[in-house]
Amino acid sequence: MIDEQKNTVVLSKEILQEIDTWVEKYPPDQKQSAVLFALTLVQEKHGGWLTEALMDAVADYLGMPRVAVYEVATFYSMYDLKPVGRHKIHVCNNISCMLRNSDEVIQHLENKLDIKVGQTTADGKFTLKTAECLAACANAPMMQIDKTYYEDLTKEKIDKILEQFD
Amino acid sequence: MVTIEIDGKKIETESGKMIIEVADAHNIPIPRFCYHKKLSIAANCRMCLVEVEKSRKPLPACATPVADGMKVFTQSQQAIISQKAVMEFLLINHPLDCPICDQGGECELQDVSMGYGPDISRYTEEKRVVDDENLGSLISTDMTRCIQCTRCVRFGEEVAGFRELGATDRGENMQIGTYVKSGMRSEISGNIIDLCPVGALTSKPYRFTARAWELTQANSIAPHDCLGSHIYLHTRRQEVMRVVPKENEALNETWLSDRDRYSYAGLNHDRVDVPLINNNGIWQETDWSTALNTIVEKLRLVIEKSGAEQIAALASPSSTVEEFYLLQKLMRGLGSHNIDHRLKQCDFSDQTHASIYPHIDFPYADLENKEAILLIGSNIHSEQPLAAVRLRKAVLRGASAWVINPVDYDMHFPVKKSDITTALVEHTAKIAKALLEDKPADIPAGAEALLTTIHVDSGAKEIAHALKKANKAVVILGAIAEQHPQAATLRALAHTIGHLSGARIVIFTEGANSAGAWLAGAIPHREAAGKSVAKFGLTARESLEAKLKAYILFGIEPELDCANPHLALEALKNADFVVVMSAYKNKEMTKYADIILPITPFTETSGTFVNLSGIWQSFQGCVPPFSEARPGWKVLRVLGNFFDLPDFEYASSEQVSDELKALTETINLAKGYSWYFPKSLKESSHSLQRIAEWPIYRIDSLVRRSEPLQRSATLEPLGVRMNGKTAENLQLKANDMALVQQNDNEVNLPVIIDARIPDNVVGVAAGYAETAHLGDTFSEIIVKKA
Ligand code: SF4
Ligand code: FES
Ligand code: FES
Repeated sequence: MIDEQKNTVVLSKEILQEIDTWVEKYPPDQKQSAVLFALTLVQEKHGGWLTEALMDAVADYLGMPRVAVYEVATFYSMYDLKPVGRHKIHVCNNISCMLRNSDEVIQHLENKLDIKVGQTTADGKFTLKTAECLAACANAPMMQIDKTYYEDLTKEKIDKILEQFD
Repeated sequence: MVTIEIDGKKIETESGKMIIEVADAHNIPIPRFCYHKKLSIAANCRMCLVEVEKSRKPLPACATPVADGMKVFTQSQQAIISQKAVMEFLLINHPLDCPICDQGGECELQDVSMGYGPDISRYTEEKRVVDDENLGSLISTDMTRCIQCTRCVRFGEEVAGFRELGATDRGENMQIGTYVKSGMRSEISGNIIDLCPVGALTSKPYRFTARAWELTQANSIAPHDCLGSHIYLHTRRQEVMRVVPKENEALNETWLSDRDRYSYAGLNHDRVDVPLINNNGIWQETDWSTALNTIVEKLRLVIEKSGAEQIAALASPSSTVEEFYLLQKLMRGLGSHNIDHRLKQCDFSDQTHASIYPHIDFPYADLENKEAILLIGSNIHSEQPLAAVRLRKAVLRGASAWVINPVDYDMHFPVKKSDITTALVEHTAKIAKALLEDKPADIPAGAEALLTTIHVDSGAKEIAHALKKANKAVVILGAIAEQHPQAATLRALAHTIGHLSGARIVIFTEGANSAGAWLAGAIPHREAAGKSVAKFGLTARESLEAKLKAYILFGIEPELDCANPHLALEALKNADFVVVMSAYKNKEMTKYADIILPITPFTETSGTFVNLSGIWQSFQGCVPPFSEARPGWKVLRVLGNFFDLPDFEYASSEQVSDELKALTETINLAKGYSWYFPKSLKESSHSLQRIAEWPIYRIDSLVRRSEPLQRSATLEPLGVRMNGKTAENLQLKANDMALVQQNDNEVNLPVIIDARIPDNVVGVAAGYAETAHLGDTFSEIIVKKA
C-alpha cells in the first residue's frame, strides 16, 4: 500500500521468470495457484527463510492479498519465517517413526548439535526441526536434510551422515 | 420445489437451499457459529449438527442441501448429543469468564452454551492463550476468545473485498489476525464486531463502558451519506453509548459503514452549550430571547439599509428536511432567495435543468444486479461505503465496471479498465461520442454540436457498447464529479450516455439529505416542492463571492465545508453580521461570527432525511438536547415568530414535514432532468493541478469530532500527495516539507509519494484546519520546497 514505509524487496528477473513457468500451468485468473512453488523458490534463493518483505513481494506479484500468503507460509512446515542454518534437518516424529524410536533420533541430534528442536547451531550449519509424516514410513525412523531423505536411522548412521555437510 | 419435514413440520421449499436457511425461515432454532446468511458456507464449527433420517451420522444443517422427502430432527436425542459434544469441544479453549468479557450478555457463544453446554467443565488440562492484535482505533481484540469460525475473515474476503485478516498457523496454533501489525483500513471494518459470535472482536470506543442489558434501543437514520442506513442508537442514562446497524435488506442489508457506526463518539465534543454573543470582540453567554432579538434587530437593519438580498443562508447538506424547509421559509419570508446547501460544489450552470430533486429511479438494491457500471469521479468506498459493497456484489455476479477518475483509487473489486486522468470531461465525452457514432434515432439537440471536436478511441467504444448491450447498466457520478469545476458538463454527458445507451444515472449527492434540501427549497432558484422563483437567489458560491452584508450558517464550518474555504472566510470576516447555528464550535467561528446559537445533532432532535431513492425516513431524538441547545427546527420556528412572519406556528417537527409533504404531493415529483448543454467542452487545465477530496472522516462537523475515526488507519495522513515523477520535477522527496500555495495563501505540508496520482497533479485534502486557508478544491496550485 501507499503509505507504508515498509522495507520492500524486488524479486529478480530470473526468479520472476521461473515463477511464470508455474503461473502458466494454471488458468490466467488463478495465478495464486503458483504460490507454494513461488514461496519455495524465493525461500531457496534468499538464504532459506522468508521475510515479510519477500512474502509481500510474492503476494503482490501473484495478485493475492498479502495475508493470504502469510497464511500459506505459516501453515506449511517447509517454510521458515526466522533465519535458519545452511542445512535444514527435518526429523519425522509422526506415528510410524515414533514407534520406531524417533524420539531417540531427536534426542541424539539435540545432544550432538547442542541445540534444541527449532534452533540453529552456533556455527550456522544446521537447523533442527521436526516434521509430520514424510511418507517414508516403511523405513522409519527417518529424517530429511535439505532435499535428501535418510532412512532406517541409527545413532552411528546419523553421525556419519552429518559429517558429509559443511 | 421439494417437501421436507423439520421436527415433524412439513415444509415446502426451493431445492438447493441448506437446511439451516429453511429452518431460519420457519423460526426453527438451530445453533450455529460459523454460518451467516450473508457469508459463504464454511461449515467449520459443527455447532449446527442435526439428525437427518437415513443418514448414519449427524449432518451440519448449514452445509446440507434439502432434498425431497428429507426428514430433519433438530431436537432428537442424536442431534442434542452431537450439539452438546461440539459445544464441549468449543469450550475447551474458550475462557469461561463471561463476567469480565465485554461481549457478556450479548454473546452467541454464551447463549448457545446456556442451552447446550455442560454445567461443569470436564477439561482440566492447559488452555490455549493467543496474543491480541492491534487492529487500530475501532476494534478491540481478545483473541484467546476466538473460536475460529472465520466469519471475520470471510467478511473481508467476500463482502469488503479487502482481505486484512487471515488464519495463520495451523492446528492448535491457528490464529486469526493480520500477521503483520497494522490497523484495519477497510471502510466497513466494524461489521466484523457484529459478526464475531464471541468476545474476540469488540468495539474499542464502546468496550467496557456499558452492559447490553443497561442499554435502551432507539431507531434512527444514519446521518452521513445519502443511503440513509437504518441504525439503532443504544443509549444509557441520556447518553448515546454506541451505534449498531438495524437490518434493512433494501438499504444497508445487515451492514453499517464505520463512519455511521463510530461518528457518535464525536457527539459531545466542542458543543456549544448556551447562546453566545460577540460584544465588541468579547464573547459572552446570553439567553435565547436576547440572542434571537439581537438577530432580528441586526438583520432588520441590514434589510433596511441594503435590502434582503444582502443576506444569505448556507446549510449543511445533512440538515433535516424540517430544518431546510423552515430555513428557506425564514429566508424567503425576509425577502431573500439566497439559500443553498451545495457548499462543496462549484458549477451550478445546469441548476434550472435539474430534476425536482436528485434521486434514482430504480430500487437502490437493484444496483447489485447491474451488468455494466461506469463510475465517473468517485472514490466510492470513501464516499458511499455501502453502495460500494453493492457494486462489488454486481461485479462478482459478472458485471463489468469501468472507472474514470483523477486518482487511481483502490476499488476493492475488479475493474475492466480505469482511466486515470484529470480530463474527466474529455474521457466521458468520448463515450458519449462513441454512442453518437452508432447513429441512434433520438439524439438530444445540442449533443452533436457539443461533441464535434471529440475523437473516439477503442476504449471508449468498448464502454459505450457494453453499456448499450447490457440489460441493466448504470452510470454513476460521485463526489469528485459533483465537485468538479465542470460538474454541469459531466452531468450533461452522463445523461447523454444514459439516454443513448439506456443506462440509468446515479448521482451520489453530498451529505445525508441533499434530496431533502432540493425538495424543501434549500436552493436559490426553486422554492419548496420545486416551485420556481422569479428572480433567482445566489448559489452558495455566488453568495460568498458577492461578499454580502449578512450570513446565516446552519450546521456548517465553512472553512472546512466549502469548495473554496479561503473565499468563504474572506466573505464572512468582511460581513457586518454573521449568525451561526451549530451544535459545535471551533476557533475560526469566534473570529467571524456575531452570534452562535446551540442547535442539536440528529440524536437530540426529531427530523427527516430523504435518501437517494427518494424515501422519506423520519427519526426521533433519543437523548435530550445538550445543555441549552435546541433542535434546529425549533430555533428557526421561534426565529420566524420573532420576525412576525406568517404561518410559523408549528407544534412539532411532523407538522413541518407534513406541510412540505402536502406541497410535494401537488406536483409531479418524477419530473426529470431537462437537456442542458454547455457551450464547449473546455476543461480547466493547469500546469500543476490540485485535486482536493474530502477524506472519508472529514466530511462534516460530527465525523471530524469522532476521535476514534480520526485515529483510524482508514483515514490517510494529511500531506501533499504526488507521484514520484511529479516529486522529482518539483525537486521534492518523501517526507520533505513542502510549501503549498493557492491564491496568496500558503501552508507547509509533508510530501507523500502516492503512485495513484497522475503526473503534474497533487492531492491536497480539504476539510482540515491545515488546508482551510487554501483556495478552490480543483485548481492551480504551487508547490515548492519549504
Ligand atoms: S475473531 Fe470472531 S469472527 Fe473472527 S474467527 Fe474468531 S470468533 Fe470468528
Ligand atoms: S511417520 Fe515418519 S515418514 Fe511416515
Ligand atoms: S454453523 Fe454449520 S458448521 Fe458452523
